[in-house]
Amino acid sequence: MASEQTHSGNPKVDIEYRRKKSAEEMRYQIVSFTMMIFLTLVAFIAVGYGDFTAWFIVPFILLLAIVQVVFQLYYFMHMSHKGHEAPALFLYSGLFVGLVTVLAFVTIIWW
Amino acid sequence: MSTYAQKKGFGATIWEYLTTVDHKKIAILYLIAGGLFFILGGLEAMFIRIQLAVPNNDFVSAGLYNEILTMHGTTMIFLAAMPLLFAFMNAIMPLQIGARDVAFPFINALGFWLFFFGGIFLNLSWFLGGAPDAGWTSYASLSLASKGHGIDFYALGLQISGAGTLMGGINFLVTIINMRAPGMTYMRMPLFTWSTFVASALILFAFPPLTVGLFLMIFDRMFGSNFFDVSNGGNTVIWEHLFWIFGHPEVYILILPAFGIFSEIFATFSRKRLFGYSSMVFATVLIGFLGFMVWAHHMFTTGLGPIANAIFAVATMAIAVPTGIKIFNWLLTMWGGSIKFTTPMLYAVAFIPSFVGGGVTGVMLASAAADYQYHDSYFVVAHFHYVIVGGVVFGLLAATHFYWPKMFGTMLNETLGKITFWLFLIGFHLTFFIQHFLGLMGMPRRIFTFLPNQGLDAGNAISTVGAFFMAVATLILLINIVLTSVKNKKVGNDPWEDGRTLEWSIPSPPPFYNFKQLPLVRGLDALWVEKMEGKNGMTPAEPLGDIHMPNNSFIPFMISLGLFVAAFGALYRADYGWGLPVLIAGLAITLLSMFVRSVKDDHGFHIHKEELLNDDDKGGKA
Amino acid sequence: MHVEEKFTAETWPAAPEKQTLEAKNKFLGFWLFLGGETVLFASLFATYLALKDKVPNAEHALAKDLFELPLVFIATMLLLTSSLTSVYAMYHMKNFNFKKMQLWLGLTVLLGFAFLLLEIYEFNHYVHQYHHTFTSSAFGSAFYTLVGFHGGHVAFGLLWITTLMFRNGKRGLDLYNAPKFYVASLYWHFIDVVWVFIFTVVYLMGMVG
Repeated sequence: MASEQTHSGNPKVDIEYRRKKSAEEMRYQIVSFTMMIFLTLVAFIAVGYGDFTAWFIVPFILLLAIVQVVFQLYYFMHMSHKGHEAPALFLYSGLFVGLVTVLAFVTIIWW
Repeated sequence: MSTYAQKKGFGATIWEYLTTVDHKKIAILYLIAGGLFFILGGLEAMFIRIQLAVPNNDFVSAGLYNEILTMHGTTMIFLAAMPLLFAFMNAIMPLQIGARDVAFPFINALGFWLFFFGGIFLNLSWFLGGAPDAGWTSYASLSLASKGHGIDFYALGLQISGAGTLMGGINFLVTIINMRAPGMTYMRMPLFTWSTFVASALILFAFPPLTVGLFLMIFDRMFGSNFFDVSNGGNTVIWEHLFWIFGHPEVYILILPAFGIFSEIFATFSRKRLFGYSSMVFATVLIGFLGFMVWAHHMFTTGLGPIANAIFAVATMAIAVPTGIKIFNWLLTMWGGSIKFTTPMLYAVAFIPSFVGGGVTGVMLASAAADYQYHDSYFVVAHFHYVIVGGVVFGLLAATHFYWPKMFGTMLNETLGKITFWLFLIGFHLTFFIQHFLGLMGMPRRIFTFLPNQGLDAGNAISTVGAFFMAVATLILLINIVLTSVKNKKVGNDPWEDGRTLEWSIPSPPPFYNFKQLPLVRGLDALWVEKMEGKNGMTPAEPLGDIHMPNNSFIPFMISLGLFVAAFGALYRADYGWGLPVLIAGLAITLLSMFVRSVKDDHGFHIHKEELLNDDDKGGKA
Repeated sequence: MHVEEKFTAETWPAAPEKQTLEAKNKFLGFWLFLGGETVLFASLFATYLALKDKVPNAEHALAKDLFELPLVFIATMLLLTSSLTSVYAMYHMKNFNFKKMQLWLGLTVLLGFAFLLLEIYEFNHYVHQYHHTFTSSAFGSAFYTLVGFHGGHVAFGLLWITTLMFRNGKRGLDLYNAPKFYVASLYWHFIDVVWVFIFTVVYLMGMVG
């Protein structure tokens, strides 16, 4: 879903097209935002409810967090648009190094 | 401000260098500063070897010895090797990709001044109560117990320098991704550019853990936190993990640019293209990736357990594979080529057995069980000096000769260069080869003296002799530099006569805008492709037009100065009342300078087409 | 000069943040910086996870004693909404509507500032109610460093956006400042990304035990 310059030759047509595309994209953004609120609520309720075990809650809320971050990255930060190949590569590489670090710290610090 | 250098006064030249954002001038700044720190680190090495020349020596006290050895390691890695590599990456990489500067010239300057002020701050410790004394690795238990402010100088100084390095890394990455000349695809980039690219990616990901570790150390020592304080719930191994998650990629950051330099040298002086280009690129990337998975091989004896040790041992040994691919490719580049034994080529040829020697002892150390014997002995010291001196330092010395004409327009003397080479090579092996055996015979590392008649006397004496050879070699190199600068005999675009890549297609040194017209790249070894077709230069990819260049600025200096002042405030906050105000004032200087940079528009300036037409023989004829 | 060229809504390019080489470089350079920041925060998270609940004796409050759902929920809503308001700001920037962009950026700053105030209140509460401080235990040091670094990033972001708003208030949008607004909004989103993990890993997981 890229936003591109259109060249129909008629600036009035171009701008109408672009405005429509922008508005459409804003709808996606609102949907994303609503999803994020929903995911946040679910996470808080899962913790507040009290009847679930930690073995369920922890992976569950982590998963919810990851999904929410995907929305933030791909929609709010436009990582789904073209021209984001290098940013995505470096962000995922950083994430990889970060995850290896976290894994090490939760396994081989206290033993 | 659109003319090239006129006859400038001394003051004007100083101001030019204080405010430059030109990658070529910044490279010279890195070369000078890195060179001076290299001499300093070398002196520290001499003092170490003099103290260890004979048993029971009292040349320096135990405490002072600890400071000297800490500063030797810290200076050599952070203030000498890294900056010198940055000098060459800055000077040459933009030229190799056909760019007019790096992506962020202002940030390039900022990176240099941060490194510079960090290095000065660290070394001021000598005069302000004592240098850090817990080794370049500064493990937490020892560091927290270290009296005086030495470790504080270490943590704050490296934090400032490290910020500069991180900026440099991002700068090089964006430059390579966004600013290649038309026709230069990724797989047509020279190997030195590829190794700059991968090393910069390593910098981007390896420096943040160091940043965090240094903050934790600063907080524990100067602000009362408890990260490493066991009695309050802390754990000292956290430092080791953070340090080595940085520290292992760091050594690949050091060696990969050196590998890149050697790739250029082997191809140029065998008059033959680099063998196995794609596999060289692949191997470089793989080394970079694997470099992040092996850090705990520095921690085998901390009790991580057999499973963790085994995983890291295997991953460590795996790195030998892509490295081996590179060694064979270099050898096969020479095979069948028309070899010219210039000084750079001598270093390259000597690098092969020296680095491989260091590499194989690395595989020995990678075996976790065996490492229980080698750990903290001179065997380790021998290993890492073989790879660092035999790899990085040889690469830097080779690059100094190879790229001197491109950076300064003159050629270092070949005879003196060869004398330096032989003295340095002999000295290097004398010093460090014997240290393998000293380690195997049980000599621990980081000890300030040893007892006589334990079998260690002869080895240490020989090791010290080698150090003097290296010192003389360095002196001769300095004489070479002085004589060359005084003689000032100018050379042309391609003084080695067999240049294959774009940097040799422009004058030596290049005009400040590098390329009058961006070149059209038609293949790998872009200049060689044109030479083989009988042309004597590159075909332009664009018509002659106005060139947009960045303005100079004093703000990078000010931002760095602010942090330098703030560091003093942080260091002395607990001792003196003025500490906190000075910390705040320093941060305010930095923030204010950043603010001024943000709000004051800076659009650079344009060189007009007409001036370029007159600018025909900048730099001298071949 | 091209970069200070005056535009109209019709001539304004579709992707104003990437039209010049400087803009493309800023865009890429900032994403790379975010890659590095990811590793930085991962290291802080890792340290926190290693030192969570590590206190010298039983008199010290642990995660499950300290954190309260309502406060964290409000903070999260504030920051999440501020992320949306910055998206609106960029939408108006793409449509060359400078005044509306400034309005939504202003809302972003207000929400972010409210978040910070709430956080300061929260820290103050822990310090006085539970004697849970930066120096009281390894757990305290790790908590305040992780959450504090995030708060510091929020504060810096507020200064950044405010400076941009005031500096460019009189001259409107052009190809020189559009990339600056865009990069600042990327930063703001990233801070929200970090917060998602903070509220999950520190607060929610802390309350679960």
